[in-house]
Amino acid sequence: MEHNSTGIPHGKLGMWIFLSSEIMLFGAFISAYIVLRMGSPNFGVPPEAIMGRPLATINTFVLITSSVTMVLALAAIQRDNTKQFAMFMVLTSLLGMTFLGIKGYEYHHKISEGLTISSGLFGSFYFTLTGLHALHMIGGLIFNAYVLINGLRGKFNSRHYERVEYAGLYWHFVDLVWVILFPVFYLI
Amino acid sequence: MSSSPEHHEPSFIRKYVFSLDHKTIGLQYMFTSLTFLLFGFGLMLLMRWQLAFPGKPIPIIGGLFGDTFAPGGIMLPEFYNQLGAMHGTIMVFLGVVPLGVGFYGNYFLPLQIGAGDMAFPRLNMMSYWIYFMGGVLMLSSFLMPGGAAQSGWTSYPPLSVIAPPGQTMWLISMTFIITSSLFGSINFIVTTVNMRAPGLNWMRLPVFVWAQFITAILLLFAFPVLQAGAILQLLDRVAGTSFYLPAGLVVSGTLLNRAGGGSALLYQHLFWFLAHPEVYVLILPAMGIVAEILATNTRKPLFGYKTIVRSIMFLGVLSFVVWAHHMFLSGMKTSLARIFMVTTMVISIPSVAILSCYVFSLWGASIRFRVPMLFALAFLPLFGIGGLTGLPLGFLPTDIYLHDTYYVIGHFHYVVVTGSLIALMGGIYHWFPKIFGRSMNEFWGKVHFWGTVVCMNGIFFPMFIQGLAGMQRRLYDPTVQAHNATTQILSPFQLLAAVSLLVFQFPFIINLFVSLFKGQKTVENPWEATTLEWACPSPPPHGNFLSLPQVNRGPYEYSVPGMKKDWSAQNE
Amino acid sequence: MATIFGLWGLFFAYCLIRFRSKKNPTADYAAASKGGLLSFLPDVMVLGFEIWLIFFLGLPIWAEIKEDFPKPEKSNVVELVAEQFSWGFQYPGADGLFSKRDPKQISSGNTIGLDANDPNGKDDFVSINELHVPLGKPTIVYMTSKDVIHSFFIPEFRVKQDVVPGMRVPLWFEPVQTGHFEIGCAQLCGLGHYRMRGEVVVDTPEEFEAWKKEKTKELQQTSS
Repeated sequence: MEHNSTGIPHGKLGMWIFLSSEIMLFGAFISAYIVLRMGSPNFGVPPEAIMGRPLATINTFVLITSSVTMVLALAAIQRDNTKQFAMFMVLTSLLGMTFLGIKGYEYHHKISEGLTISSGLFGSFYFTLTGLHALHMIGGLIFNAYVLINGLRGKFNSRHYERVEYAGLYWHFVDLVWVILFPVFYLI
Repeated sequence: MSSSPEHHEPSFIRKYVFSLDHKTIGLQYMFTSLTFLLFGFGLMLLMRWQLAFPGKPIPIIGGLFGDTFAPGGIMLPEFYNQLGAMHGTIMVFLGVVPLGVGFYGNYFLPLQIGAGDMAFPRLNMMSYWIYFMGGVLMLSSFLMPGGAAQSGWTSYPPLSVIAPPGQTMWLISMTFIITSSLFGSINFIVTTVNMRAPGLNWMRLPVFVWAQFITAILLLFAFPVLQAGAILQLLDRVAGTSFYLPAGLVVSGTLLNRAGGGSALLYQHLFWFLAHPEVYVLILPAMGIVAEILATNTRKPLFGYKTIVRSIMFLGVLSFVVWAHHMFLSGMKTSLARIFMVTTMVISIPSVAILSCYVFSLWGASIRFRVPMLFALAFLPLFGIGGLTGLPLGFLPTDIYLHDTYYVIGHFHYVVVTGSLIALMGGIYHWFPKIFGRSMNEFWGKVHFWGTVVCMNGIFFPMFIQGLAGMQRRLYDPTVQAHNATTQILSPFQLLAAVSLLVFQFPFIINLFVSLFKGQKTVENPWEATTLEWACPSPPPHGNFLSLPQVNRGPYEYSVPGMKKDWSAQNE
Repeated sequence: MATIFGLWGLFFAYCLIRFRSKKNPTADYAAASKGGLLSFLPDVMVLGFEIWLIFFLGLPIWAEIKEDFPKPEKSNVVELVAEQFSWGFQYPGADGLFSKRDPKQISSGNTIGLDANDPNGKDDFVSINELHVPLGKPTIVYMTSKDVIHSFFIPEFRVKQDVVPGMRVPLWFEPVQTGHFEIGCAQLCGLGHYRMRGEVVVDTPEEFEAWKKEKTKELQQTSS
C-alpha cells in the first residue's frame, strides 16, 4: 500500500476537489442569471403555462429518487451483495434517463411555444443552464455504466468499493445542482 | 518505491509520446511552452516594427503574409489587432503558465515531496495532450476567414461577439486549455496533500512546493468562472443569445436583431474573476523558483520562512477579491470601485513581505554568483519595479489617467517578463543538471543573462514614459494622435531592443540543446542543495527514489553551526 | 516609488558586495531569524503609507471626480454617442431640452438616431468629433455607445471614462483655459480604434454662443 499522508484515498480527495471546481462553474452561471434578472429591463420571465411547474416537480422527485437508489447501490456493495448493487445501479440510471426524457419533452414544448435559447434572456439562461446540467448527467450516466459493468465483473466488494462511492458523490452533486436550478427557474 | 525497468520496457510511443511519468510529461510541457513563447515573441516583433515605422513594409519577411494580412508587406489594422490579441493569449496561456506550472510543477513537485510520481498519472498525460490540442487550435485560428481573434486577449463584448470566426476558435481553444488546467490542478492538490514523504509536514515544505500548491488552488477555483463567461460569449456568437448585448445595438449602420437586455460589464466581471488570480498564477511559481535558487546560493536558510508561507496563502485568498481593479473606469458603480481599491492596496502587503524576505535573505549570506543566482538576483529589483509601478494603477485617482495606456503595458511586462520569465529561465539553469545529468555552459549562460536583462529593460522601461504621455493601448498607428508624437522617438529604440533580445536568446537555445548531448556530466547534487529532488540520481529513474525518503528537518538547513558540511539534506 | 526603489536598491547592492562568497565564505545560519518584529518594518511602513493614501487622498479625490457632479442647471450639458469610429456630441439647442434617440432611426444623415417624433429635438444639433465647451462653467457629458465599448479620453484634462452600449455614464470637467485639446479612444473598439480621435474646443462664453448659433443655423438649412 502506497504511503498516504492523510489516509484519504486519492480518488476521493480528487473527486471532492473536482466537485468544488464544478460549484464555481455552476455558481458563475447562476450569479450571471441573478445579476441580469435583477438588473435587466427586458428579462422576459414566461407565464406558468409555458413553464409547466407540475411536470418539473415530478421530474425533480425522479432525480432525487435516483440519488436514493444510488445510495442503496453503494450500501449493497459494501455488504458484498453484488446482485442488489447491480439492480440499484440499473434503477439509478433508468431514473436518470427518465429525467432526461422528460426534460427533452419539456424542451420541445417550450420551443413550440416560442421560448427558445434566443427568444429572450430567460430562455437563454434556461436552455444554457439546464443544457449544461443535462450534459453533466450524461457524463454521470457514462460513469455509472462503467461502474455497473466493472461491478458485474466482480471488481467491487466490501473492501474495494471506492469507484462506486465516487460515482455516487458525482451523481449526488448533479442532483444537488438540479435542486438549485429547479426553484431558480420554476419557482421564483 | 523501486523501479524494475527490466520488467516492462515500454514502447517508444508509451515512453515518449503518451508517457505516464511526470518527468517526461514535464519535459513535454517544457519544450512545447518554450516553443510557444518563441512564437508569441515573434508576433510581438512584427508589432514592434509597425509601431516603430507605421505603414512601412515589413523588411525581409513582409511578403510572406499575403494580401489578407499585409498587402505589399504593409501590415493591415486587422493583422495588427490579431497579433496583439494572440500575443497576449499565447504568452499567458500557452507559454508562461504551462512553463511555470506544467513543466516546473509537474517535474519538481513530486521530487521535492519525495513521491514517485503524481497521484493521477493518466490524468497528467491527458492534461498535457489537451493543452497541446488547445495550442494547435489556437494557432489554427490565424487560418480562419477574417483571421485570428482580434479583440484583445481580454475579448470584451460586444466587440468580441461581432468579431470574425477566429474569435469562436479562441473560445473553443480556451475550453481545451481550461480543461487541461483543471486536470492539472486536481493532480497537484491531491499529490501535495496525500503524497508527502514521512516526516515532511507542511512547515517543512520547500517554498517552491507551497507556491505550486497555492497556484493549483487558484487555478481550480478561478478558471471555471472564465469558462462560464466564455460559454456565454460563445452562445452570443453562435446561438443568437444576448447575455452581453444590450438592446438596440447598431453595428455599421445595421440594427442587430437580438432580444437584448444583456450587460457588457457582466463579461468583464466573469473574465477578471479569473484573470486577476491568473496573474498570481503567473508569478507564484517564479517566486518559488527564486526561493530555491536563493537558498542554495546564499548557503543559509531563507529569511522569514513562516512569513513567506503565510504571505503566499494570504495572497492566494486575497487574489479573489481584487479583480475589479481592472474595471475601475468600466462604468461599474463607483462605490464598488472604492471597495476594490482598498482590497488592492491590502494585497500589496503580502507581495512586499515576500520580496522583503528574499532581499533580507542576502544579509549574512555567502553569495555564490552562479548563473541561476544571477537570474534570481535580477528578479528582485526588476519584479520590484513591476510591483511598485502597480501602485498608481490600484490607486483610483491616478488610474483614471493611466488606465489603458502604455503605462499598464510597462507594469505588467515588468512583473511577467523581467519578473516571472527571468526566474523561469534561471530555474532551467539551476535544475538542468538534475534533469539531464549534465551541466549547461556557464559562459554562454552569463552572455544570455546580461543580454536578456539589458534588452528587456530597453523594451519595457520606455513604456512608462509613453504611458505618462497618454499613449493608449492597442494602437495600430500611434502617430495619428498628436499627443503620442512626443514619445514616438522611443519606438525604434524599443524595436532595436526587441530584436537584440531575440538575438540573445540564441546562446540560450543553443546552450540548452548542445548541453543536452554534449554537456559535462555531473554528479547527483552538483549545487550541494538540501531539498529532496537532489537526493535521487541525475536524471531520476522511473519512480524517482530508490527507497521512500524519511524527512528529518526543514528545507534549508545550510551552514548549521557545528556541522562539518555547510548543508544537510532534508532526508539525512 | 522611486524613493522606495532607491532605498531597497542600496540595501540590495550592499548585500551583494558585502556578502559575496569570497568575502564571506561562511553564511550566518542565525541571520534567517534575526530582526524579529523589525523585519516587518517595510511592510508596516508600506501599509501605513497606503492607508494614508487611500483615506486622505484616494477616496476623496475619486468622489470628487466620479461622484460629486455639479448641478446640471449651472453646467453645459452634452450627450455623447460614440460609435465605430467617431464621437457624436448632441447639443440641446435653445430650449435646453434633449431629444430622445431611437436606434431604428439611425441613418447616414442622422448617425446618432435623433427621434424625429420628439418635439424637443427640433433644435438639437450634433457635432461630430468636435466637443465645444465654454470657459467659466463645468461641462457634463452623458455618454453611451451605439455598438461596442469605447473610452472617452482627453489626455490633457486627465479625463477618462469607458463608454458602454446599453449604459448612460456621466462625466464632468471644468476647463481652465481656452484652446484645442485632443480626444482619443482608450478601449479597443475595432479596426479604426487608432484613428478614433476628436477635439475638445474650449471657447470663451461669447465664442461658444456664436458657435451654437452657427450650428443651429446649419441645422435649419439642411432640414428645410
